[in-house]
Amino acid sequence: MSHCYNEVIDDSDGCGAKFSVLVVSDKFLGKPLLARHKLVNSVLQEELKTIHAFSQKTLTVEQWKK
Amino acid sequence: MNSLIRRGIYPLYCNTFKLSTRYFADEAVKEKIDQIVKNNKVVVFMKGIPDAPRCGFSNAVVQIMRMHAVPYESLDVLSDENIRQGIKDYSNWPTIPQVFINGEFVGGCDIMLQMHQSGELVEELKKVGIKSALLTAEESKKEGA
Repeated sequence: MSHCYNEVIDDSDGCGAKFSVLVVSDKFLGKPLLARHKLVNSVLQEELKTIHAFSQKTLTVEQWKK
Repeated sequence: MNSLIRRGIYPLYCNTFKLSTRYFADEAVKEKIDQIVKNNKVVVFMKGIPDAPRCGFSNAVVQIMRMHAVPYESLDVLSDENIRQGIKDYSNWPTIPQVFINGEFVGGCDIMLQMHQSGELVEELKKVGIKSALLTAEESKKEGA
């Protein structure tokens, strides 16, 4: 997925199963929140199998600049 | 000849049988979930029960529902392994909690939180005939003023 910024925070105290991500991409333009989250989920499909808790923020470039 | 059949066909038969029972079990879970989300306006699949959530994300959703005074059906996925996996397959969503409104998957914790903050949740609830307590509170404030 082409995106211009992302940030991953490991909330897991090292166990590697709990993450928060911020994804900024213009691919989210015109997409409702659910569709944005599903897009991220689909990209991370394999990884998510071993991740227990996953929290995301999905912004377009314009939203992020604010 | 007999042994040939046994070696050749029996395992095949066995596997097909296993596969099909698996398939029917999955279908039964899917059917069960389908019934639950279609027979209730709001359903929350969570870890634990509303009075004792066993996960921070599930707790956040419970608190949001409480704030809006939403009547909802809740299901504890920890008490049913079939539902726990089944709901993920059903909604194609990898995590718990999951919220359904009018039979449709709305989102998990992040989405509920953002919908709550943006006011979208009040609107979604209105669509299914549930008046948010936050809206009621706002109205009575206006009337008082």
